[in-house]
Amino acid sequence: MTGVNSISWLIGGPQGSGVDSAANIFAKTCAKEGFHIFGKREFYSNIKGEHSYFTIRISDKPVNSHLEEINVLVSFDAETVFRHADKVSAGGMIIYDSSLAETVLEEVPTIDFEASNRIRKLLQDSGQSMNLNGMLEFAKSRGCMVYGLPYFEMLETIAQKMNDPKLSKISRVVNVMAISASISLLGIKKNMLINSIQEVFGSKPKLLASNIEAAEYAYSYIGTKYDTKNIKYKMTPKDALKDYLLLSGSQAAAIGKIVAGCRFQTYYPITPASDESEFLESNQIIDQVDGKSGSIVVVQTEDEIAAITMAIGASLTGVRTATATSGPGFSLMAEALGWAGMNEVPLVVTMYQRAGPSTGLPTRHEQSDLLFAINAGHGEFPKIVLASGDIEESFYDAIKAFNFAEIFQLPVIHLLDKAISSSIQTCKRFSNDLKIERGEFKNTIGRNQSEGAAGHFQRFKLDDSPISTRVPIGTENAIFWNTGDEHTEEGHISEDPENRNKMMDKRMKKLDLALEKINQDDMAICHDFDSDGKNVVVSWGSTKGAILEALEKLSEEGNKMKFVQIRLLHPFPTETVKKFLKDAKLVIDVEMNYTSQLGSLVQQNTGREIDYKIVKYNGRPMSTTELYIALKAILSGNNERRIVLDGGT
Amino acid sequence: MAELKLADYKTTVHNDWCPGCGDFGILNAIQMALSEMQIPRHKAVIFSGIGCSGKTPHFINVSGIHTLHGRVLPFAQGAKIANPDLEIIAVGGDGDGLGIGAGHFVGAGRKNVDIPYLIFNNAVYGLTKGQASPTLRLGEKTKSLVTPNTSNSVNPIALALVSGFTFIARSYSYDVKHLKDTIKRAITHKGLAFVDVLQPCPTYDDIHTREWYQGINKQETGKSMPRIYKIEETGYDGTIKDESEINEKMTKILEFSSEWGDRIPIGIFYQNELIPSYHERIAENNKEYFAKPPSHQEISDNENKPIAKIDKILDKLQIKD
Repeated sequence: MTGVNSISWLIGGPQGSGVDSAANIFAKTCAKEGFHIFGKREFYSNIKGEHSYFTIRISDKPVNSHLEEINVLVSFDAETVFRHADKVSAGGMIIYDSSLAETVLEEVPTIDFEASNRIRKLLQDSGQSMNLNGMLEFAKSRGCMVYGLPYFEMLETIAQKMNDPKLSKISRVVNVMAISASISLLGIKKNMLINSIQEVFGSKPKLLASNIEAAEYAYSYIGTKYDTKNIKYKMTPKDALKDYLLLSGSQAAAIGKIVAGCRFQTYYPITPASDESEFLESNQIIDQVDGKSGSIVVVQTEDEIAAITMAIGASLTGVRTATATSGPGFSLMAEALGWAGMNEVPLVVTMYQRAGPSTGLPTRHEQSDLLFAINAGHGEFPKIVLASGDIEESFYDAIKAFNFAEIFQLPVIHLLDKAISSSIQTCKRFSNDLKIERGEFKNTIGRNQSEGAAGHFQRFKLDDSPISTRVPIGTENAIFWNTGDEHTEEGHISEDPENRNKMMDKRMKKLDLALEKINQDDMAICHDFDSDGKNVVVSWGSTKGAILEALEKLSEEGNKMKFVQIRLLHPFPTETVKKFLKDAKLVIDVEMNYTSQLGSLVQQNTGREIDYKIVKYNGRPMSTTELYIALKAILSGNNERRIVLDGGT
Repeated sequence: MAELKLADYKTTVHNDWCPGCGDFGILNAIQMALSEMQIPRHKAVIFSGIGCSGKTPHFINVSGIHTLHGRVLPFAQGAKIANPDLEIIAVGGDGDGLGIGAGHFVGAGRKNVDIPYLIFNNAVYGLTKGQASPTLRLGEKTKSLVTPNTSNSVNPIALALVSGFTFIARSYSYDVKHLKDTIKRAITHKGLAFVDVLQPCPTYDDIHTREWYQGINKQETGKSMPRIYKIEETGYDGTIKDESEINEKMTKILEFSSEWGDRIPIGIFYQNELIPSYHERIAENNKEYFAKPPSHQEISDNENKPIAKIDKILDKLQIKD
């Protein structure tokens, strides 16, 4: 998969040492050179010190996932080399701190026992010494090139040049030196790097100057110290990407909310959902096409129960409202979700899944809350569950989620996950040509339009349509009630059995209506529908990227397959999925969870058995590499019906 | 507009509270307050929790939101933050607000959203047949308890004070005039107002009965000696006019809050409008908040296209060559 103009690059370091910002500068630099970017972030539940890393793929074609293989490993600590050097490809490059060459494996406290054992075994088996040198020798024996940089000596030189002795103690610029060295090795022009640094540090002149000096020095250091002629991974600049964004999934979803007209969001801090709320708060004043400005109120609550109930309270006033959370928070929201269903309140819950159960792997990825999202809350009530497959979809789906919530007057759960939220990708600039659909929402009610007893408004009018006219509380001529109890058309408590049936029917019929009204592409997409491939992969959410790329490679080898991406998970689009699976020879379910939750849904709703299951639950997103290998095994007649993937560091 | 009469604030919904329930006094007082203040019916919204008190909105002829057990405060705060023009009143029981909802009680105090909150405080969980509530004292045994209460009671006045409520009062459900006046003060208060309403449960609380509050059985003199007294009548004024008064007043309020038994204080313990409301805090970063709160915002044009313009945000994220 790797070739000229498509590489996999990784930077690692202790949390808090600038790994993220370095990766972002690198990604910007490559994007400016015309390359598409996909970046994946991995970090511990820790503030400072534990190992974090950022993998970036750069390609002249759009890229949607990461690979197991690394072509360029950028480091400024020993741990990064210990943990990742074995994944560097032949001809790949490792940048390391030459002053750390003698660092012994046991001396790195943040390498946990299990990882340490694996590394020790690898070094033992290859006959290397138990230090960083041993790891580098191992890599060299596999054809890797290593480039040592004496960062602190280099810092001293820079400090002298800038006539600022304090600078030699500031290790912050080491990250920029490391990426600059990699950019030099890859043959990417220096000026794009300098521009990116200017964009990032533009508002901080002192930081800007030292970072630029560090970048310049490291860039030329490589050129003078090393012979760079025979480097396998040289990047040729491409035409600039026109109208492309580089952003994360949580940013995309947040911007979608702004466009959708969400003007009230609540949250309780939780990884990986808080980023979205913080982005919204940073952009709380909203420009409008009419030249005026609007705003979004973002409220941090005391817990997730307050987050959802406050959001529901706000929604009753007519504003488009959302709350964002992850699994543990969503667990607390279940009861209130039922209240919103019972009272037909439009509400969007953006659910960023992470690895559970309980606290699970709080900063790692999983898609294990599908059935929970569908079934959350006691009793039966309608809700819509929608899952986005990538960063771009997260934007457009955020808008659809609010439309669905208002059209059908119910809670919508927009399923995203850690892989989408914290990854970055180059996306076509978002279109603004979208529709806000508010269904039966009205701001005013005429004096004679309230038909209930004593002129009360029938918020839950029993009519041909399950959707009643909805007005904000506080509307003149429209006094009504809400209650979590079963209720009358006006919203008063009723335990009458006939009324109960009518109201249950009214609410639950919305699910049929949703299947009638929602566009097919929002229910499920069959990628490569026109191909003659008979084998079908079914999946949902962020596995999309790895699947598309694995299928592309298989197709190049003559193994054509279709991919059914199910986007509407509840109500389940049975007819659409049946249609897509009609002629399937093999149905292969791919998911980031233990129990193949989507597989059960497909089987239960369509009656079609799942032939093979590919699952993963080690907390690391699925890579194209491992998925390709698993699919290849199935196509070559592998008899294992369930394949568990285990890639990732 | 024609004057609204007390009857205009009453619904015809059958009231199924027990005969003699203290809740009737609270219901009347709320209706009287609304009527005396001439609050337009569509502007007022009563939010409630779960329990006997939770049914209150159904009996008042303004919009009513009967929420979940313990969650009345976040529901009500959400609505009031989204539309500060609404006249929102939150009501709930002692179990609702100080048991299952205690976290929200504290959370709400920190925010100081501009709503009055009435707790119908009767020391038992009535609707589930008389279990001990968070305000029943340690060792007390109301009639449906199997053994005397093994948990200590929470002090609602002190909790409200340390949580940051900016108006703290207590009243008594059988003194409807005092209660109505207190509710009116709570409604006009700028910020979060707490009214602890002592309310005998005639069915399950055989200790804190109407007669007990009236002091009918007090032995010393052989005649009634009401336990309840009004702090205003002692010359106390809970209004904070200057920040320098706060410490002294807080000490006094804590003293009041621990008085119980023979002498039970009611009245306005504390009112501090020097502390900015949550709405004012929002408006510091969002200048147009009061003119255009979330509920008043336009989000689409005549052709249903979004009116948000995201160019500046996208430009920042766009790849520049």
